[in-house]
Formats: sequence, structure tokens, C-alpha cells
Amino acid sequence: MSDSPAIAHGAADSAVHEHPPYQRHHFETMAQQNDATNFAMWIFLLTEVMFFGGLFTAYLIYRNWYYPAFVAGSHQLSIPLGGLNTLLLITSSFTMAMGVWCAETRRKSGLVLCLILTFILGLGFLGIKTIEYSEKIEKHHVPGFHYSLQSFLDPASDDAAKAAGDKPMALDMARHTEVYFSLYFAMTGMHALHMIIGISILGYMIFRARAGAYTAGHVAFVENFGLYWHFVDIIWIFLFPLLYLISRHQ
Amino acid sequence: MSDTIVSLPDQRTARIPKTNYLSKENGLLSWLLTGDHKRIAILYLISITCFFFVGGALAGLIRLELLTPQSDLMATDTYNKVFTMHGVVMIFLFLVPSVPATLGNFFIPMMIGAKDLALPKVNLLSWYLYIVGGILVLYTMISGGVDTGWTFTTPLSTHYVNTNVLSTGLAVFVAGFSSIFTGLNFIVTIHKMRAPGMTWFRMPLFVWAHYAASILMVLGTPVLAIAIVLVALERTIGIGVFDPTKGGDPLLFQHLFWFYSHPAVYIMILPGMGVISETISTFSRKRVFGYTAVAFSSVAIAVFGFFVWAHHMFIMGISNYSVLIFSLLTMLVAVPSAIKIFNWTFTLYKGSITFETPMLYTFGFMGLFTIGGLTGVFLGTSGTDIHLTETYFIVAHFHFVMVGGMLMAFLAGIHFWWPKMTGRMYPEKISQLAAVVTFIGFNLTFFPQFILGTLGMPRRYASYPPEFQILNVFSTAGATVLGVGYLLPVLYLTWSLKYGEIAGDNPWQATGLEWQTQSPPLTENFAEPPIMDHEAYDYDWLEGQKEKEVASVG
Repeated sequence: MSDSPAIAHGAADSAVHEHPPYQRHHFETMAQQNDATNFAMWIFLLTEVMFFGGLFTAYLIYRNWYYPAFVAGSHQLSIPLGGLNTLLLITSSFTMAMGVWCAETRRKSGLVLCLILTFILGLGFLGIKTIEYSEKIEKHHVPGFHYSLQSFLDPASDDAAKAAGDKPMALDMARHTEVYFSLYFAMTGMHALHMIIGISILGYMIFRARAGAYTAGHVAFVENFGLYWHFVDIIWIFLFPLLYLISRHQ
Repeated sequence: MSDTIVSLPDQRTARIPKTNYLSKENGLLSWLLTGDHKRIAILYLISITCFFFVGGALAGLIRLELLTPQSDLMATDTYNKVFTMHGVVMIFLFLVPSVPATLGNFFIPMMIGAKDLALPKVNLLSWYLYIVGGILVLYTMISGGVDTGWTFTTPLSTHYVNTNVLSTGLAVFVAGFSSIFTGLNFIVTIHKMRAPGMTWFRMPLFVWAHYAASILMVLGTPVLAIAIVLVALERTIGIGVFDPTKGGDPLLFQHLFWFYSHPAVYIMILPGMGVISETISTFSRKRVFGYTAVAFSSVAIAVFGFFVWAHHMFIMGISNYSVLIFSLLTMLVAVPSAIKIFNWTFTLYKGSITFETPMLYTFGFMGLFTIGGLTGVFLGTSGTDIHLTETYFIVAHFHFVMVGGMLMAFLAGIHFWWPKMTGRMYPEKISQLAAVVTFIGFNLTFFPQFILGTLGMPRRYASYPPEFQILNVFSTAGATVLGVGYLLPVLYLTWSLKYGEIAGDNPWQATGLEWQTQSPPLTENFAEPPIMDHEAYDYDWLEGQKEKEVASVG
């Protein structure tokens, strides 16, 4: 066995066992490999749930303690921009799901198109997020040394607060808006970080998909990335109502 | 030699198999880019040993400082940095990865009859993450250290200290992901890669213990990660999640931190318990008594372990009702731990016990872990905890569990599987001596600390009242003996790599699948994919195999 030339041996091997080239040596079958990587992705998402879980716990506690501050804080966020972002992300999840379908049915140009659309929609989300962040910076709503309480102590001076009909808050409660914005930036920041990582991987995938990598029968990578992308989407589906829509029922 | 089960091949004719995982490829790159779980385990073994001795040197400095009541060897703030770095290095760079990343990595695939872990590249990535974490810790040390204690307590860590909290935090964050990926890999491997016939209840208990520990790694570590991210954000840009002046609550940090860091002690001890199950069965020549109970007690420890974290916070201002409930839950964890100890003891009953080095370490584990575990019940009881907390009683308690328990188990495992990993035996007599020296040194170091704690000596101070000096001198003397006990294995194990006796396939006559292949193993682990047709720890099956072999050769 060791004497035979490696290439000839490899060719003979694949002719006999029909091992596709993308099957790793330590798996018995392709089904086992797909099963294992898929399961691994779900467990990874479980760790992500725990990661964001810490933030959601903090949110839950402080929202109960400082409800008025959280409501006033949420009035500073733009629902049209947040809503548009939600729409962008849900659409990107749809294009991603279509991408997985295209890969499974071996439609190369369809896959590339779907991935590019997902890529653009993801970038669009980040762009709008940047607009929102810059508003916060201008109004000194970023926690830290430059944090300003003016919008909450004197709502008449602030368009967003005035439009929402906020009443001036006591200094003590107004200061707790900083906790709201701390959580806002921590949660959306961590989410945006996941988006950036996802978009980077998407860029790599577009490059590979154009070379026909995922449309030759081995779609595990696209499928697992799809899971990740949907997960990041779902995190936003929770963040949007928690951060933007508090008190909208009133 | 009737008092030993060791059966080695004839040394005059025996050879290390020419083809094995060590000889398959050569060169540094073949190691640094390897996907082989066995090679990654060796990489881990070398790196965690280095960090163990870094942490050990820091421990030596601590004990030297405490030789006298005044702070004379180093300034008090230096002392704070030294014990912090000792904790960070030992916990995140030694104890957490110790058994899982080395022995677990090496033997889980072999025990379940697989060729490799399910995700070899992720496995290699986790080693690189570990190294990055380690380098960041070393950088922290060189650039001035950190003095918050390994617990990063807020608001101390966010507002009041000027030391390198950020680089240490980043190191823990990165090393945490290394641990997450190891745990994830184990879970997937155990679920999806078992050989035909290897049902869940035919798996060695070592694998069960790692499965339970992996659940803790996967679910606990991300919470530590987010807690550290929030500390870092609070320190850099000044967000207010833990800052009481802005309405944040430092207790929330404690909850998030201990939600990981209490389960983390089970991440550390469970794999060690897995080792003990293997050694105690092999050196008693009996199936582990109550196999199912021991298997489920691992899972029970993992589950209960998630609901006891607030016992670290009894004096931090949580409500009396929380104290009551967490105290009760804490005592519940003692039940599965006791199930294990009792079942191991019953395994010994009427077994044919031999006293090779791994077994000596195993006995050390059982005694010291029992003391460590029982003193844990003192600390879980709120009344005694309020008296004993922040004293040396705590220090003695967790060192009994972590050093007396975990490190003994680690050394038991290293000696037990050394012939399989390297193909050569360690020298028996000197290693027995090392085991005894370790045991004596350990007790001399840490038992006086129980007494110091009950007398009220506080932890984390460089100076102490002069009446405590005698016991501290005992402790420092013991630490010296302990240091010798840890240096010896490094020396003779290194020696044995070249001069040790050839071990053969199965020097212990053990039943695990890993022993039914050549040592050191092939890169693919087995020449033929194994089929599991018997229960775990079935010594009759092993006898049958031997007879079959004799019959076919004769």
C-alpha cells in the first residue's frame, strides 16, 4: 500500500468507496460528517444564547428597577430607523434562506446573487446603525464622561422627548437613563459585532461561491452559516421591541 | 512480582512500533498545523506544564512572603499582584484545561473508538486561543501585573485600580473561548462519533465525566465572557451597568461572574473524577461499582452545579431567602459527589488491589477530595460561612479540592496513560516516592491553613498577627516539599521518554478500547475500526481476548 503512488492510490480509493473529496478522513460517511458539523453549529449557537443571555438578564433587572428611565431612554431612539433595520434584517434572512436553497439545488448564479443581496442588506443594517449611533454621540447620550441628562431633565429642549410627551424627570431617575444607554450600546454593539463577523464571512463565501464551491453537492458550510445568520437576526428581533418599543402600548 | 499487574513485553525483543502518531510526520510545522487530537493533546500537555510551573513559582513567592508576619519580601501591593497572577494562571491556564485538553483530547476519541474528534481544526484553534490567552497573561505579568484578585471584583476592577485589568480580562476571554471550543468538540464527538456497539452505557466513565464537564463549559463560559466584556466597557468608555453611582449594581457582576465561576470548579474536578474511575477499576481488577450511578452523578453534578453560585455571595448583601435556598442547593451537590466516593470505595471492596503509582495518586485524591468536599459543606452553611469566609479556611478548602483533588487526579492520569501516550513506562519506584512526597507535602502545606482559618487569619494580606507564624512556617515548609513532589515527575517522565521500558499495548491489562491498540497509537488510532461487543470494565472479556490470542498464536 505504501509503495503505490499516492495519486493512483487516491483515484483507486475513490473509485471503490466513492468518497467525495470534501469528506474528512475521520468520518465514516458523509451523513455522519454533515450531522456532526450541523450539531456543532447548534451547540455553538447555544453558547451564543448564553452570551447574550447575560445582557438580557441585566436588561430585565434594570428595566424593572428604573422603568421610567427606560421609557424616557427609548423615546430617544428612532422607531422608523429601527423598523427599517428590522425589515432589512428579516429580508436578509430570506435571501440567506434562498441562498441555502440555491446551493442545495445547485444553482450557482442564484447562490451568488443571494449571498451578494444578503451582504448588501447586512451592510445596509450597519449603515443605518451608524446613523443612529452618530445621533447618540451628538446628543451626548453615550455613557461615560460626556453623558448629558438634558433631554430628560428638560424634555422641552429636546425634539424627540417633546414629541413623545415626556415630563421632566427627577434628577435621581434621570441619571438612570445612563444605565439604559449602557445596555443599549452593549447589546446593539455586541449584535453589530456579530453582524460584522457575519458580513466578513459572507464576503469570503461570495468569493468561493463564484468559483463554484458550494454548488457541487457539499452545502454544509452555507447551511451552517445560514444558521448563524438567522441567529443574529433573531437576536435583533428581541432587541428591537425591548429597546425601541417599551411603553408603545400606553 | 505477584503484587503487581504490570505485564511488559520481553525487553530484549520489544520495539516501539515504527509507524505511530509521533513518527508519522516530522518537523515543527507538522506539529503546529496538525489536526491529530493526540498531537494537539501533547501540545497542550507541554504548554499547561509550563504555565503550571509559572503559577507554582508565584505560589512559592506567596508562601515565602508569609514565612514572616511582616510584609518584608515584597511590598503589599506586589503581594496583591502575585496572588492575583497565581490565581489567574492556575485557574484559567492550568486547572480548566488540565485534564480535558490533554488526557480528554487524547483519549476520548480512542475510548469511543473514533479516529479523531469531530472537529479537528476547531481543536487546533482552541490550542492557539489558549496560547494567545497565555501570552496575554505573560504580557500582563511583565508589564506590571494586575491586583484585583482573579475574581475581577467591581467596582475595584472598573474604577479603583490602575493595573492591567484589560489585558488580563482579554486573556481570560480568549482562554474562555478555547475552553468553549474544547467542550463543544467533546459533546459533538461523544454524540456523533461513537463506534458501532458503543452505546451510552458502554462508554468508560471518563467519557461520561467529560461529557458533563463539557456541558458546563459550553453553557457557563459565555456568561463569564459577557461579564468581562461589560467590565472592559465600563473601564474604558464608562458605561454604567455595574457602577452604583449611575444606578448599576455591582452585585449583578457577582451573579454573572459566579454563574460561570462556580460551575467552573466542576469543569475542573469532573474530568479528574473521570480519571479516578478508570484507575480505580484497573488497579482493583473490578468493574466500577454502580456504573450507572457514577455516570449519572457526573451529570447531576453538572446540573446542580448551575444552581449554587450565590453561595459565594452570602456576605455580599443578597437576601436572607436567597441565602437559605442557595445553602440548601449547595448541600445537594454533596450528594452526587458522595455517590462517587462511595462507589469507588465499594469498587475497592474485594478487589485485587495493587499499588502502582496511579493508584497511589488515586488514594491521595479520594482522601483529600473527601476532606475538601466536606469542608465545602461547612462553607455552604450560611452560619459557619459568615464566620469562615475571607479566611484561610476558604483557601485551604479550595486547595484541598483543586490541588489535593484535581492535581492528584491529573498526575494519576498522566502516569496511568503515559505508556499509551509515549510507548514507554515511567520508572515505578521513584514515581511512587513522588506520589508519597506530594501527599505529605500537600497535607503539611494546607492542613495548617484550616486551623489558621478557624483562628481567623484573613486571606489576601501580606502580613498577619505574629501568633499565626508557627502554622505559617509549617505551611511554607510543606510547600517546599510539595514543590519537590511536582518537580520529580517532570524529571523522570522526561527521562523515561528515552530510557523507559517499552510498555507494549496494554501494560496494565486494562479494558478500555484505547488499550487494545498499539502504543503509541497510529494516527488513525486503530488499524481496524473497532466494534464494541462488551460492557465497559469487563475483565472477563479481556481474559477471553488473551486466550483467543494464545490459541491463534499457538
